[in-house]
Order: sequence, then structure tokens, then C-alpha cells
Amino acid sequence: MNNKIENTLFQCRAINKEFGNVRANNDISINVRSSQIHALLGENGAGKSTLVKIIYGLLQPDSGSMTFLNEEYSPKSPKDARALGVGMVFQHFSLFEPLTAFENILVGLDKELGEKELHASVIMLSESYGLEVNLSSFIGDLSAGERQRVEIIRALIQKPKLLIMDEPTSVLTPFECESLFKTLKKLASEGTSILYISHKLKEIADLCDTASVLRKGAIVGEYDPKKMTPRELGEIMVGQSLFEPKRPVAANKSNKVLSVKINEVKPDTQFGVTLKNIDLAVYQSEILGIGGVAGNGQEELMQVLTGEKKDRNVSIKYMDNDIEMLNPRERREIGLAFAPEERLGHAAVGNLNLLENSLITDPKKRFQMKMGFIDFSELNEYTNEIIEKFNVKTTGVSALASSLSGGNLQKFVVGREIGQKPSLFIVNQPTWGVDALSAANIRQAIVDIANTGAAIILISQDLDEILEISNKVAFLTNGNLSIPTNTMDIKTDEIGAIMGGISD
Amino acid sequence: MFKLIPRENVSPVLSLLGPLFSVGLTMIVGGILFYFLGVDPFAAIKMIFWDPLMSETFSTYSIPQIFIKGAPLILIALGLSVGFKANVWNIGAEGQYIMGAIFGASFALSLYPLESIVIFPAMILIGVIGGCLWSMIPAFLKVKFQVNEILVSLMLVYVAEQILALASLGFLRNPDGAGFPGSRNLNQYTSASNAEIIAGTGIHLGVLLSFLMVIFFYVLLFRHSLGFKIKLLGNSPKASGFSGDNPNKLIFLCLTLSGSLAGLAGIMEVAGPAGQINIDFNVGYGFTAIIVAFLGRLNPIGIFFAGIVMALTYVGGELTQFMLNLPAAAIQVFQGMLLFFLLSFDLFVHYKIKLKGNK
Repeated sequence: MNNKIENTLFQCRAINKEFGNVRANNDISINVRSSQIHALLGENGAGKSTLVKIIYGLLQPDSGSMTFLNEEYSPKSPKDARALGVGMVFQHFSLFEPLTAFENILVGLDKELGEKELHASVIMLSESYGLEVNLSSFIGDLSAGERQRVEIIRALIQKPKLLIMDEPTSVLTPFECESLFKTLKKLASEGTSILYISHKLKEIADLCDTASVLRKGAIVGEYDPKKMTPRELGEIMVGQSLFEPKRPVAANKSNKVLSVKINEVKPDTQFGVTLKNIDLAVYQSEILGIGGVAGNGQEELMQVLTGEKKDRNVSIKYMDNDIEMLNPRERREIGLAFAPEERLGHAAVGNLNLLENSLITDPKKRFQMKMGFIDFSELNEYTNEIIEKFNVKTTGVSALASSLSGGNLQKFVVGREIGQKPSLFIVNQPTWGVDALSAANIRQAIVDIANTGAAIILISQDLDEILEISNKVAFLTNGNLSIPTNTMDIKTDEIGAIMGGISD
Repeated sequence: MFKLIPRENVSPVLSLLGPLFSVGLTMIVGGILFYFLGVDPFAAIKMIFWDPLMSETFSTYSIPQIFIKGAPLILIALGLSVGFKANVWNIGAEGQYIMGAIFGASFALSLYPLESIVIFPAMILIGVIGGCLWSMIPAFLKVKFQVNEILVSLMLVYVAEQILALASLGFLRNPDGAGFPGSRNLNQYTSASNAEIIAGTGIHLGVLLSFLMVIFFYVLLFRHSLGFKIKLLGNSPKASGFSGDNPNKLIFLCLTLSGSLAGLAGIMEVAGPAGQINIDFNVGYGFTAIIVAFLGRLNPIGIFFAGIVMALTYVGGELTQFMLNLPAAAIQVFQGMLLFFLLSFDLFVHYKIKLKGNK
């Protein structure tokens, strides 16, 4: 074991890369040893992606050097990188949907290889590493996990010495994650090093031998994730201590705020998900968490709940009123508030300033005077209030929404809705791409309004988030919603079964 | 070869300088064009931009003319700008302008020679309705069948031109006109005449209305929630839907406004400066107004100044035609350059150009 650790496979020294005024990578040096799974840990925007793009030849560093297998390494393109033995599996797959899995592997090859020969080696790879894929299936028909396996086979066929995995679990169910980890561990034990990018602390502790932590473009240090708690690692990642929001104390079972029944709602586009058999209710002071892997109907459910999509097959009762035919504005007027997943271009608009963005949702007609004229002093006051309360970092109310960082804009959007004191708040992915401290603040704010009596529906792909603050949880799989269960009573392996079981 | 990369920070100063820059560049390139047409470029540019305002010989005539020619441009551009902000591309204002004139004139002439104080306001209203109805066709087709409004509104210009010819040669032809095409002169019909309101200048009600509309649209766009809804739709249809707005209603609203204002400009023109419905009634105000709307940055105040500058090129252009024998087409090229340079300037304000590496 010690022998292996000494054995450096890949090294980069003092890598610098600037984009405009932003220093994405600042004097980064890392050491990846043979047969190791090496985590690259950091928040969004910490510089992980820039670094791996440099290693894979997609970007050229401004300065610094790299060595690979004890030789100078400076790939000018991914093709160079692959030829030298570096492979990469992207977070967003680059597969051709109308082609079969096998054809995708075939077209991805740099070298000419006979079809029969290739077929044999693909079968061998998929058998020995547990990468089950039906090679004659069209990519369009495969699940996210299967697509990822195709990508991995495509990378492995080139026999890489170093395999870069960019946030591979973000699209997987817990069950699929486990089988991925098995594959990766086997690869490492047979001599392939893996550079594993993630911000999920638990999986890094399970999987990785070493973790290099990046913060604001620079290396904070190298740690042994097996010897630390995920929380310690998280605090190193964000650079400050974290608090954990507590779930709301108790739901008031006598006051049902919302009940939704959906028999079947067809999607507007052929790529959408059909919602089926959804039956949920949420009570005063209760957070109902809705989990599930992306693309299982979250977006579609949100649209039905906001009223952006109205459908006769839906029945929505809000405090004894049928509201399924109301539009979003009318729903807001009676006490609902929404924060959709997409911040720019849906919840907020980049080309508009923060004042104007406050105007997008104005349920109480607070910013309107007689005849529909805008009350700018009231609007100013409210917008400043959000900025202050939610600690939104911005130059002021007249800053364009696009000038705010993702986390700050999310704080603004959540603040804008919570500030309206809704009786029911429905939010999709409230902390996606938000730094850990802001995320904790946003969760706390959601818990706070639940504690003052609001009902919350929290749709999120972040399982930890849901388990942390929800009173009840349900999971979306292929547009079906599981029966909501008390969070306390549910076990992690059950979740995997619920999320994965119905899916195929 | 080249690659356009969006700039992260668009300079507001540069963005405001665009119109000034494009006027300047138009002068330079236009001057070169005039030089090759055998005209002293400095004299021509001076005659277009300076003489109409400052020359003692011309200014008493040409200053009021600037407002008279500017009024329809400003009215139409104001209406168009609202649609452009919402991503509703009505480029058929020329047709709506023609239909406004035909509707209003037909109504008034059908009552000829009856005199009544009601005729004038009713004629204006019917002119506005005429322009509006013509813009409702693309609105309906867009909302109902998702037909592109650019094509429909543009093609309807040519339909309107045919109807104009039909009216001039047929149903509106002056029975006392010795068989010449063209309707009766509305200026000779007291109840329907859009007479001058300042004696000897030719300045008519339409000029006054164009000023008032600038203020009206300024308030609508910057102080009223409707203006915000329009802006929101133009920036993000998804956010507009999230806000709870019905995009179809807003599309109708935008086309109603632009059609109505083009109709208003049309009836003001036919009952005033033009006097009659004739085959050559329309001179392209509806198309030039598109340039005015963009030159004015879709801002009512900006549109006012852009309309004046554009009117100046019309009036000054006429001067160069009879003083320097410049062809009329040269002036049209000159006006086209304005939009061309403005759009190119905008491209560089919003994007930077990078030479792609030799791969």
C-alpha cells in the first residue's frame, strides 16, 4: 500500500488561469498517485472545472507545468490527452441520441478499430467492471445511469491511466451510485487512477483515498477523507463553520393547506414527463420534501402547482377552494408563493434590475397605485428590505439580476417570495449551485416561515437537504409520486428502492 | 475565422453613444458616396444637416417642415417601439398607415359635402381603427396559428398598396377630377380638413399629437405596470408566464398600439399635408419609422430626437435634390446607412470579436 502512495502518476505545478479579471486557478499544484481515487473537492466556482479542463486539454493554462508518467505533459486538445492516456467522463453527456450505444462508442474512437474486435473488447470491459449496457439500444431510450456507463466504456476503451470523472453522481439514483462506486474501486485496484470531482462530502468519504480541497481558485490543502467527518471536510471547503437548520417543530395536522390530485397530465413537449397518480397534501407548519433524480417530473409538477400549466385532469384544493384553473398571479393573490428552479429567465430576468425583478411577483398589488401606475418608493423599500434581510451581495437595487452571482440571485428570489409572507411556499431546488453557507441560510429561512405557520413544498434533487429539513418526504420517479412518509421513519436503503425501483 | 463573444459588461455610455456615432459615420460614408456622385460632399452634408435649421433662405420653410415630416415618423415609431420591446415585430406599419388614411378618408368623403363639427374627430377615430384592424390580422394569425408576424405584416403592406391603388382609381376617385386618379382634396372640405394650427407654417394637429404621444408613451413604459409587463415579455416569455401574464393578450395590445398609431399618422397625413388619397400617397414613413425606433433606442424621448434627425434628412435631402441635383435614391441610401451603422455599432458594444486561432 505504501509503495503505491509514493508512486506519482500525475502532477501539476503552479497552474494559473485567468478569465478576464477572475482568477479561476491560482497557483494550483496537485499530485495524483497511481491506483488512487483522488477527490477534487470544492464549491461551485472554486475552480475545479477549469483545472480538469486544463488537464484534459480543453483549456491551456496561463502558466505552470504538468507531468504525466514522469514526462512533460501539455495537451493541446482532448485528442492529445486521450492519446497520452487521460480520459474524461463529463457531467453532461456527449452522446448521440439517435445512435445505438455501440455506435456511440465506435464514433468516439480516435484510432481505427475493427468492429468485431471492438465489440469483443467492449463486452469484456462491461463484464469485468460491471458496466451493464445493452449495446444495441438507442441512447435516447437509456436511463441516465446507462448513458453514463456508455460514456465510461467509451473512455475506458482507450485504456486511460488517469480517468477524470466530473460530478458523476449528480444524475444517478442511490442504487446506481453504488454500482458506479464498485466500478471505480475496481478500476483503481487494477491501476487506473481516478480524479473524482464532487462537492458531495459523504460519497467522497466512502470512495476516495485523498481529497484536494479547492476554494476560490486556490488549493486549501490535501486531506484524508477517511479520517475526517463530512462536516469537517465541508467546513474546510467553505472556509467557515456551518450550522445545520432544524426541521420545523410540528405540523398542525388539523389545518390542511393544500391537496393535489393528478390522474394524468401529458407534457407539452415530447421530451417532457407525464405526471401520473400524484396525491399529496401539505399541512400548516409542515415541510413536504419531494425528492428524486432530475428529469422525473419535477419541472412539470412545478408548472402545474404554479398555474403556468393548467389542466382539467388536475384537482388542487387550497384551503377548501378549487384553484386548478387560476393563473400564477391569481394564486399568489390568495397566499401562494413560488420559486422555480431556473433562476435566470424564469424566476428572475437577467436584463432587468432588481427593482424590476421584485415587480415580477407582486401578489398584494403592493407596488401598484391607482390605475396600475407603479409605486416606486414602495418598490424601492421592499427591494432594499430583501437585500438586507437575505444578505444579497449587490451594488444596489438598480443592479441587473445578471450581475449577481448564482447564490446571491437565489437568495434574492427566495427572499422576494418569503417576504410576501405566503401561507404556502412551493420551491424547486432552492440551493442548487449555491455556496454552503448561503444554502444553510436559505434552508433556515424556509424553516422559519414554516415555524410561523406556512406550509412548504420543497422539491429538491439534493437528498441530504430534503432529509435535513422536511417533516415528510415523497419521491418522484417517471412522473409518479410515492406516498409521503414521515422523514424520521424512512431508511436510506428504502429511499434507494423507491427512487430506483419504479424507474425502469 | 472570427468569433463573436458576448461582453460581460455592456457599457451604458457606449450604448448611448451609438446613435451619435452612427449619425457621424453616416455623414462620412455618405459624403464619400456624394463625392462619387460628383457633388461636393461638404456642401451636401451641410445642406442636409445645417441649412434646413440655420440658413436664412430655407429655415423659415424647412423648420416647420421638419416637424411635419417628423410627426408621422415619431407617431409610428412610438407604436412600433412598444412591440419591439415585447419581441413583437410589426414591420408592416406602412400598410397600417395606408389603411388608416383610406378608412378615415372614405368615411369623410362618403359624407361630402355635409358639414358638421363631428366629422373631423369621427374621421380620426375611424382612421385609427383602420390602422388597428390591419395590424389585428398578423396579431390574430400569430396568436391563433403561431404564424410569424414579420412576414404577415410585411406582406399586408403590399396588399394595402393595392387597395390604395384601387381607391385612387376607383371608389374614392374624385368625380370632379376630370378622370385623373386620386380622391377629392380633403383640405377643400372644411369639416374634414386637418388644417394648420399655426398660420403659414403648415403645422397641424398631428404634430401636436406626436408631442403628446411621446409623453404618453414615456409614462406608459416607465411608470405603468403595463409597460413593465411588455418589457418582461420581451425579455423572458417564461418569466412573463410565471408572473401570471397572458402573452397573447400582450401581443394583441402591442399590435393594437402600433397599428392604431400608424393609422393615426395616416389619417393626419391624408387630411393634412397630403390632402388626398392617391396612388403615391405613401412615401415610406412606415418603414423609416423602424429606423427611428431603433435610432431612438426604443425610448420615447430618444424616438422624438431620432424622428427629428430623420425628418431633417428628408427635408435636407429634398434641398440637395433641387439645389445640387442629388438623386432621391442617394438620400434613401443615406438613411439606410444610419440603421446599418447603428446596428453594427451595437454589435461591437454587445460583443467582442476574437480571431480564432489557426487550428
